[in-house]
Amino acid sequence: MSEPILKAEDLNVYYGSIHAIKGVSFEVCEGEIVTLIGANGAGKSTTLNAVAGILRSRTGSVTFLGENLRRVPCHKIVGRGLALVPEGRRIFLQMTVEENLEMGAFAQPPAGIPADLEKVYDLFPRLKERRKQIGGTLSGGEQQMLAMGRALMSHPKLLMLDEPSMGLAPILVEQVFDIIRNLHSAGSTILLVEQNAQAALSIANRGYVLETGKVVTTGAGKELLASPEIKKAYLGG
Amino acid sequence: MNFIIQFVNSLTSGGGGYQLLNHIINGISLGSVYAIIALGYTMVYGIAKMLNFAHGDVIMVGAYVCFYAFNAMKLPEPLAMCAPLLAVCAAVVVCTLLGVGIEKLAYKPLRAAPSLAVLITAIGVSYFLQNAALLLWSSSPKVFPSFFVIRTTDADGESVVLRSVQLGAVSISYVTIVTIVSCVVIMLWLTWFTGRTKMGKAMRACSEDKAAAQLMGIDVNATISLTFAIGSGLAAIAGALLCSAYPNLVPTTGSMPGIKAFTAAVFGGIGSIPGAFLGGLLLGVLEIFAKAYISVQLSDAVVFAVLIVVLLVKPTGLLGRAIREKV
Repeated sequence: MSEPILKAEDLNVYYGSIHAIKGVSFEVCEGEIVTLIGANGAGKSTTLNAVAGILRSRTGSVTFLGENLRRVPCHKIVGRGLALVPEGRRIFLQMTVEENLEMGAFAQPPAGIPADLEKVYDLFPRLKERRKQIGGTLSGGEQQMLAMGRALMSHPKLLMLDEPSMGLAPILVEQVFDIIRNLHSAGSTILLVEQNAQAALSIANRGYVLETGKVVTTGAGKELLASPEIKKAYLGG
Repeated sequence: MNFIIQFVNSLTSGGGGYQLLNHIINGISLGSVYAIIALGYTMVYGIAKMLNFAHGDVIMVGAYVCFYAFNAMKLPEPLAMCAPLLAVCAAVVVCTLLGVGIEKLAYKPLRAAPSLAVLITAIGVSYFLQNAALLLWSSSPKVFPSFFVIRTTDADGESVVLRSVQLGAVSISYVTIVTIVSCVVIMLWLTWFTGRTKMGKAMRACSEDKAAAQLMGIDVNATISLTFAIGSGLAAIAGALLCSAYPNLVPTTGSMPGIKAFTAAVFGGIGSIPGAFLGGLLLGVLEIFAKAYISVQLSDAVVFAVLIVVLLVKPTGLLGRAIREKV
């Protein structure tokens, strides 16, 4: 295994007096798909937000490509190559598809944007059809594609996806996981947070299982998928 | 308010069929000033989600700076034409810095505070500016200079001052023309800025979702500062235009137009730039009509009554959109 590009050590995040993340540590190596799974409220999204700088950990450190991100303000992190597709997609509903994608490239030099737009449109032809449409008029699945395309505009070295299948019809869920698999085979490194543990583990190289703010189990995706406890707790028996 | 009374008088003395046209033009002119102020209100609200009640007082500061800068300038004859423009520029610079300073000192520390705390702070800043102006410039009214006139000589070699152009029976003052043109130019510029430029788009992104904007790499604090800078710069222009039409300058000059412009912003749909423009113009025309045809004393009551009716029928204002969430 190569040197990890992302290393989170001993993260402790509080919401007021609530201790949401209790000493979480994990790492992601180049070219991997790593997934964090767990029930509602286990702290998966909180962990991602702490890595992306939206929330701050009181202790520990997040090291990305050898740099400690502790003192890096949130808006500078995407320029370092760490992009987050947030939970609930959070696209700009009143801006057009193309403007949303341009915002994704905010930290990039403007000269490269037209070529990057074409790349994203190749990946998601639906977005090209709707490039002048307002984000709010897209369907849920299209919005998810837009959110992923927007993150790809920043040339991420690590793409973090927070519940990309949430609220989507089963056929679209499958499509989203196909896209993740394609991105991965094209060389992207992915950190995936999912409630759909079955689907997430089946495409992941490694997984971490979170329970009430702690990592309780870790292992290869296939191993976790086969483990009887995991099956019982997250995969419905 | 002499301006208005003059019109009411000319109505009773019978100005012919052009009276209505005159009222419309004056309404649009007053409305343009409201629109420029309302744009500042609405942009700041759209991004910082706060009502900057000190905005009206920034107008007053702008007018004072303009007044003193103009009087201090002693330009040789061919350059004297530029003096008003330079004075307005000075006011824009001072107000831009003032707006950014107010945001940094008073509002930024309250970014995470409840909105009521921010609102009360804004009212505090408003009183602070009025009282600072009282100390600096005293309560005695200043007569604002006539900026927008053309000085020329007539056939007999006498120097004359032209204040308006005569189009048939309708006379339009230069102030009116400059005000309406400024408002249209500002509106077009803002539309271009928010629709076409990177920073303008970042501003719209921030107004929709600050956390997502940060994830894109947008510096939210810098964007908020920029918004205050633009809004306050516009307030300075509005101050100069307002005092050119109503030349009585006192430390409370800004409060009533500020409240009217806030009303205009709500009327048009707060947060919406075209809404502020439309709301400002309609409010101005409504006010002049109410003064001309109903009662000078009751005109504000009429204006606010219409506002209440509009908000009852369409609570988000004329062009405001209800926030829809798609899950």
